[in-house]
Amino acid sequence: MALFDLALVALLLMLALRVVVEPDERSAIITFLAFGLLLGLAWVRLAAPDVALTEIAIGGGVTGILLLRAEAALRGRGKQAEPATRTGKLAVAAGSAAISAGLGFAVLTFSTPAPTLAPAAAQALPATGLGNPVTAVLLAFRALDTLLEKVVVLLALIGVWSLAPDALWGGAPDLKPAAVPGPLAYLGRVLPPFGVVIGVYMFWVGADAPGGTFQAGTVLAAMWLLVMMAGLHPPPDTTRWLLRLVLAGGPILFLAIAFLGFAFADGFLAYPKALAKPLILAIEAALTLSVAAALAMLVAGPARKAPAR
Amino acid sequence: MTPLVHATTPGGFLLVLATILPVCAVLAILASGPRSAARIALATFAAGLAVAIAIATELISSGKALSYVVGAWQPPLGIALRADGLSGAMLVMTALVVVAVGLFAHIQHGLQTDAGGGRAQTTFWVMLLALWSALNAVFVGEDLFNLYVALELLTFAAVPLVCLDGRAETVTAALRYLLFALIGSLLYLLGAGLIYGQYGTLDLLALAQLARQDPALAVALALMIVGLLAKAALFPLHLWLPPAHAGAPAPASAVLSALVIKAPVFLILRLVLDVAPPQAAAIAGQMLAVLGAASILFCSVMALRQARLKLMIAYSTVAQIGYLFIVFPLAAGSADLPPWGTIAWTGGALQLVSHALAKAAMFLAAGVIAEAFGHDRIADLGGFGRVLPISAAAFGLAGLSLMGIPPSGGFVAKCLLLTAAVIQGNPWLAATILAGGVLAGAYVFRVIDKALAVPTVPIVARRAVPRRLECAALALAIAAVLIGFVPLRPFGFLQIGRDGLNLAWAP
Repeated sequence: MALFDLALVALLLMLALRVVVEPDERSAIITFLAFGLLLGLAWVRLAAPDVALTEIAIGGGVTGILLLRAEAALRGRGKQAEPATRTGKLAVAAGSAAISAGLGFAVLTFSTPAPTLAPAAAQALPATGLGNPVTAVLLAFRALDTLLEKVVVLLALIGVWSLAPDALWGGAPDLKPAAVPGPLAYLGRVLPPFGVVIGVYMFWVGADAPGGTFQAGTVLAAMWLLVMMAGLHPPPDTTRWLLRLVLAGGPILFLAIAFLGFAFADGFLAYPKALAKPLILAIEAALTLSVAAALAMLVAGPARKAPAR
Repeated sequence: MTPLVHATTPGGFLLVLATILPVCAVLAILASGPRSAARIALATFAAGLAVAIAIATELISSGKALSYVVGAWQPPLGIALRADGLSGAMLVMTALVVVAVGLFAHIQHGLQTDAGGGRAQTTFWVMLLALWSALNAVFVGEDLFNLYVALELLTFAAVPLVCLDGRAETVTAALRYLLFALIGSLLYLLGAGLIYGQYGTLDLLALAQLARQDPALAVALALMIVGLLAKAALFPLHLWLPPAHAGAPAPASAVLSALVIKAPVFLILRLVLDVAPPQAAAIAGQMLAVLGAASILFCSVMALRQARLKLMIAYSTVAQIGYLFIVFPLAAGSADLPPWGTIAWTGGALQLVSHALAKAAMFLAAGVIAEAFGHDRIADLGGFGRVLPISAAAFGLAGLSLMGIPPSGGFVAKCLLLTAAVIQGNPWLAATILAGGVLAGAYVFRVIDKALAVPTVPIVARRAVPRRLECAALALAIAAVLIGFVPLRPFGFLQIGRDGLNLAWAP
């Protein structure tokens, strides 16, 4: 396996270098996506399947659509003057090299065995009724971080929406290309049923095995994006109450259960022991939908059509 | 010696409310639609202000820090929140500025013809509330990753505020700000990862007891501090700030300049004071002081050269932030006197609070001026004091704090810092403080001089501005003046909850 790891590292370094030096934007983006997929493999080798799933879904999937769409939008506008000067590039290179050297040096001086909270997390796991310690960290031990992170995603979405012209505020984004290519229309019809099943499965097993809200939400978001991009169903107006309810629903349920902890458990964000698992699953279900809607709408971008009155 | 651990104290739940209430309002606005945004925001102002005052009262009456262990999961597995005297002062300052700016924005929105629920207004309310949560989370956070999330919340609330008006140049400024802020977050996160790898905990209280001189910690702290400096816009990483803060609408500029950049400064203070071992802290303190002094001198001169009022105020922000960094060597403390017992500690905290109040007042006054005359070119504002006497007064009173002239919070702060520099025999820092004051005097008087001038052609307002719009700026400026009545000695409130945390400083 050591040979495989070495090959993986070499390939990762090569792809990273290629992303930086490639002059053509589209090739650079596609190389970057390949880099994301291989990085997912590296996380598998580091025995972190949850991180691997997220890396592949976000780094290889959603980011890919976002970057390729941005590149396509800029392509028509003519080549911009190269923004970075030679000295600027050298400065960035020197800074990155210094940071990498510092990181490498620091990691090599770590005390062995490295201190870890894994035993503590495993020991506390029964109190949550869950089987996957990663889910327990995200939704019990450090639930406050997860709650605030979800609000960050929503803020990013509102920030993107605020970039629309005033007249289009509350309207719908537009994802459909002028002419939908045949394969895209076909995929848009065939893939979503499978994708939805996979997404729901990822959410469900997340309680006890690798998987969970963010990975499941990303898969669902990708399916919704596919449907919108193939022109099978237009994106909704951003003022639609159903969309807003799905977006806010996850964090609102999370907060409601968190506050009930004051009355029925050991305080804010504590769960009563008997009900811990069902409550966590309910929160995860609502969060999965929120994450899916937020990611899809983030990629869809600001409104391009005036709202229907 | 038993290690110190977090334990929930009576009143600790107030810290949860301070962090979570504004976020609840954000979700309520998202769920119920743009039209109710202003009403929800106004209700949250009352509740949030009450929570901040309750925390301060609890701190004074108990004389001890407030703590809350979230979900009863004890750190390092779980997360704790903690507010000592300094955090309490930050919470109250944030509440005051947010409420004053919110009221200003509400009155300003009322002047516009459309019914509300529009793009810029709704976005402003959502981002202002989210920003409040983020700031409170930074001030009470005790966990490096929780603090990272708070910084992310802060960034994503602050950046959209910069380009609310949608002009191309403000979008460019916002993108540049986003880039700096995200690189800062990335460096901070790398550092936090290294610290977890070395010590197996992210809890600041535990780290204060565990941290020792080792290379991994030094690299981690260097990465985190540089990342935070990019967010705090200290010279030479300040390039993003002037266009971003000057291009935003006045109420947004006020919170960005007064509050948002204080969060990374506060975190640098905590890292240097609570986590860094003494020798590392001394080296970091010296370097930060050099950058701080450069910031004061360079950006004061830049402020003096600006033709536009808002750009001048924005450069003044970078200069005033510099004072917060020269505190590090001055408040270094000694074996028998901890850092928070020094006069420089009190001086630094007062500078932070009085700058927040004064700078918010200045940006709001500049907003009134822009509203009335339709521009903010200093050269064409001759005699504006006759048209807008309250705003001119607010600008002048806020200017006292920036210059360090009594009576003002800025005077007490700079006087304490100057005294500390002289006592420690640090003539360079003393000279910098004095020079910064003179330069601030020059740029403030440039505007005051215009306000009192008698132009050949009397200046006329493009539109009438209601008096109540001007009052928000005046109230903040008066608050900055009132801080000047704090006695000139180490202030007891700022030391609450610090003892017992001085392990990193024990001889």
